[in-house]
Amino acid sequence: MRAFTYQRVHSPEEAAKAAAATPNARFIAGGTNLLDLMKLEIETPAHLVDVNGIGMDKIVATEDGGLRVGALVRNTDLASDPRVRRDYAVLSRALLAGATGQLRNKATTAGNLLQRTRCPYFYDTNQPCNKRAPGSGCSAIGGFNRHHAIVGTSDACIATHPSDMAVAMRILDANVETVKADGSRRVIPIADFHRLPGDTPHIEHVLAPGELITAVTLPKPVGGRHFYQKVRDRASYAFALVSVAAIVQRDGSGRVALGGVAHKPWRVAAAEQQLARGGKAVTDLLLANARVTEDNAFKVPLVQRTLDGLLLDARRT
Amino acid sequence: MDDHLNDAAPAQDIDTARRELLIAGALTAGAAALPGAACAQTPGATAPDKSATPAPVLSKVALRVNGQRYEKEVDTRTTLLDLLREHLRLTGTKKGCDQGQCGACTVIADGRRINSCLSLALMHEGAEITTIEGLGTPDKLHPLQAAFVKHDGYQCGYCTPGQICSAVAMLDEVQRGIPSHVTADLNARPLLSPMEMRERMSGNICRCGAYSNIMDAIGEVAGLSNLGSKA
Repeated sequence: MRAFTYQRVHSPEEAAKAAAATPNARFIAGGTNLLDLMKLEIETPAHLVDVNGIGMDKIVATEDGGLRVGALVRNTDLASDPRVRRDYAVLSRALLAGATGQLRNKATTAGNLLQRTRCPYFYDTNQPCNKRAPGSGCSAIGGFNRHHAIVGTSDACIATHPSDMAVAMRILDANVETVKADGSRRVIPIADFHRLPGDTPHIEHVLAPGELITAVTLPKPVGGRHFYQKVRDRASYAFALVSVAAIVQRDGSGRVALGGVAHKPWRVAAAEQQLARGGKAVTDLLLANARVTEDNAFKVPLVQRTLDGLLLDARRT
Repeated sequence: MDDHLNDAAPAQDIDTARRELLIAGALTAGAAALPGAACAQTPGATAPDKSATPAPVLSKVALRVNGQRYEKEVDTRTTLLDLLREHLRLTGTKKGCDQGQCGACTVIADGRRINSCLSLALMHEGAEITTIEGLGTPDKLHPLQAAFVKHDGYQCGYCTPGQICSAVAMLDEVQRGIPSHVTADLNARPLLSPMEMRERMSGNICRCGAYSNIMDAIGEVAGLSNLGSKA
């Protein structure tokens, strides 16, 4: 790990200012992803701004009937909040499907959104990777890419975003609230928060340097049956091969988003309008422009079958 | 208590300096292989300046471990795990993978189980940490320690401190009504079952494969019986 200076701050504004004022600074909250990457010197911040002491750790009701989740609310606390379990079960399910008890106790709402890919070539500093070292090439294309993305990819990168939580937030139409160093605040719809790789896979989200996430808001509950089906190589503690988040209403309509298939949570408006027609109709549109490899072509039928199984459950109950 | 204050041993300074030298050498060798590294566009993605190895930075941290207060001056890079093992000489907590995958380093921080390898010591200013040494003593074992002995919940024993700390906090999580991935009804109080225990303990790996005995040990303390052998 490279040496760094360390600073505790006491307000979101102070945090954003501190990060913007120091070259190569990063915020640290739970640290479960950042420290892992720092040990491997994939992340090499010169300065860490510890935001754990600045509050932002509460879940409160909003005026329009939704919830505002503080950026520092731990994954365990978000998953177990009675309001989330009752009204946003897909979010609770997604969080509980990720990581382990130990990690969920530390990992934060904002940090979960900002976790970096688990592409093995991103982690292997002996291999070229456009995300880690822009312009060096992509080892996953033509390499071992069973876990990699099949939609929204580019010739520069086929990495996936590893978050389960973000997939649930995507179908809940969550909004990300931030503060910048100049004190200005903005709200970013979750759909616009993460970027596709394009020619710049090292830029994964739309935050400006020093911009700090303060909260994620959930609109008022939409009802329906909530599902988060994660398919993985082990029964527990593994990243998704594919995951399907869905909210299905009594009339068969609903919302669908996928994890494990793209550089961001994957949702296509036209696809979920086909929900009443079954998994194949939805999958055909969701993954219409899929670019698969020999290793990960299985993800297309796997999405369809997972969705079919989930819709069967929705009809039964 | 005085011997716990700021006693950064000279030996550690030498170790640190030597490691810096090794890292610097490795980076110099690797620099030529990454010609594109300089064109990163965001601070987060900027590749390190391979020519300069930043000097170690020291900072103070005060916390309580197993009821005793410690104040130390440590390299900012020191993880909670390394603070416990290398600075406080509490070597019951183990370093397995050092990347949050095995759970051998599990400790209880302010009542919650965490991977001490993925947390900086400095992030625990004012915290109350419980390690395996704080749960029981050889004369007066914690019920889970006694149950692990009784049910032979280990072979080599390396994962055991993490397993036990994790299990203590896990049973508390169930008590507090925290659901898991396998909890059927999210809105009901979770009940402990073999499936619940396996899911909830999935962050602790035992490469000897003593899982069935570990389940028996935890199950006995939780008021269930013969879980592992039934499963």
